[in-house]
Amino acid sequence: MIKRSFYKKLILTLVAWIAATVMFFPVFWMMVASFKTEIDAVATPPMIVFNPTLENYATVQQRANYINAAINSVAISVGATLLALALAIPAAYAMAFFPTRRTRSTLLWMLSTKMLPPVGVLVPIYLLFRDIDLIDTKTGLIIIYALMNLPIMVWLLYTFFKEVPKDILEAGRIDGASRRQELFYLLAPLSLPGIASTALLSIILCWNEAFWSLNLTTSDAAPLTAFISSFSAPEGLFWAKLSAASTLAIAPILLFGWMSQRQLVRGLTFGAVK
Amino acid sequence: MTALTKTRRVNTLPLITPSVLVLLLWMVVPLAMTLWFSFQRYNLLNPQIKGFAGLENYKSLLADSALWTAMLNTLVLVASVLGVTVVLGTMLAVLFNQEFFGRGVARLLIIAPFFVMPTVSALVWKNMLLHPVNGLVAFLTRSLGFEAVDWLGNWPMTSIVMIVSWQWLPFALLILLTAIQSLDHEQMEAARMDGAGPIAMFRFIILPHLKRAISVVVMIETIFFLSVFAEILVTTSGGPGLATTNLAFLIYIRALLQYDVGAASAGGVIAIVLANIVAFFLVRTIARSLEEG
Repeated sequence: MIKRSFYKKLILTLVAWIAATVMFFPVFWMMVASFKTEIDAVATPPMIVFNPTLENYATVQQRANYINAAINSVAISVGATLLALALAIPAAYAMAFFPTRRTRSTLLWMLSTKMLPPVGVLVPIYLLFRDIDLIDTKTGLIIIYALMNLPIMVWLLYTFFKEVPKDILEAGRIDGASRRQELFYLLAPLSLPGIASTALLSIILCWNEAFWSLNLTTSDAAPLTAFISSFSAPEGLFWAKLSAASTLAIAPILLFGWMSQRQLVRGLTFGAVK
Repeated sequence: MTALTKTRRVNTLPLITPSVLVLLLWMVVPLAMTLWFSFQRYNLLNPQIKGFAGLENYKSLLADSALWTAMLNTLVLVASVLGVTVVLGTMLAVLFNQEFFGRGVARLLIIAPFFVMPTVSALVWKNMLLHPVNGLVAFLTRSLGFEAVDWLGNWPMTSIVMIVSWQWLPFALLILLTAIQSLDHEQMEAARMDGAGPIAMFRFIILPHLKRAISVVVMIETIFFLSVFAEILVTTSGGPGLATTNLAFLIYIRALLQYDVGAASAGGVIAIVLANIVAFFLVRTIARSLEEG
């Protein structure tokens, strides 16, 4: 019996690893290409053994528009996340700890705003942004991204606040903690992990957003999503350099994503799947 | 007990109002503008053309064969990617629910595509995998003795479906895996004791349990797939011809390339209506699970 279950496990291992390898392969292949010379990158048959070079990374780092795009991505993602947190934390706190008759419908209404397809409001947003000079600005994208993610963040924070053990807060109250003390010494440390993972999910979603960034930015405020899509090299061949730029663009978010799988499920399904 | 359950009285209005207000603005203003523009003659290139158009934009849009091609393409894209991600996602979720060597690492690798930004994945597929001359797929087909296929030229929609499915399969897998893991183990054990084979187990225990998770995946993915844009812009630009122009891309062409605000807005209204049909069911499902706690 032991032997049979061992074989079963071996076969499962084989099948699952084939699936995982196939799925990861495009990412892996891109990362490999980033260490090739341009000639090697387009060689047929594909080069599996080659002289690795860091040249592409050096070239990409020297390009002003890459650095600019990377800075924009960081500024926009962090800015939008902070703005959304500032709006979402008070709202989620109020709804989780002081629910009223309207709480449930407010929450559902907020979620439903997330279901408006961006393409449905592309025209007015574009015209509004044009009239108030927000096209191709970081501020413009920060506002859009904060609004875009706000419902998910309120929702996630709400579920995290709900999980804070009420007994601890009550004990504090009985011990005479003021409301300010209760917030800063009890609630803040208890809910910090939840707030952190909400922020992480927001950064991932902002970083990878590619509808508004492609439509509302041209050069100055273009984040990495837009920069990559217009990538070209003056020297002609550019796959290896594109791969290096892409690898740099996805690496941090891949790590964040791996760290926040659970929140992702919770946040993107609005708790409908547990 | 009154002392124990004493709760602070807090005025929650100032805490909730900012979020509600900005979301209301974010929803109502553009929505109202889209509706308004859809009844106007409005072209950015020609300011002379203006005024109330009535249903003209809708009439000309509905008479335009491009709209119907785009609607059909949207439907094909959404349905195909849904089919691929849900079927493969369910199979993979069952697989990754089993114990095997290196499961943690394999799981990290398989969900990676979801965190790759759409423009990067589109370019990797276009240049390094599907390219008819230097692409890896072309190399593989040639070494098997076949002609290399120009995927994006001859099978454009299939290629887009492949790219989007690759990105979203991890999403389906993650959600369905989470759902399977909440399955009652005692029930599984009891069924196994009763002699249920793996297929019967899947058919009568796992699948019914996954019903809600699958419907959630379908609804959320539908809302996202209605607006697939970056993948098309980067790989085919909606072509060849209109072969990969979906509703989102058509609106983009009308608005930002042809500056026809009226027609684009009418298209936008159609997109909103389509998404709302799905959203209605999604909100109902969420509301139900909210009640269950």
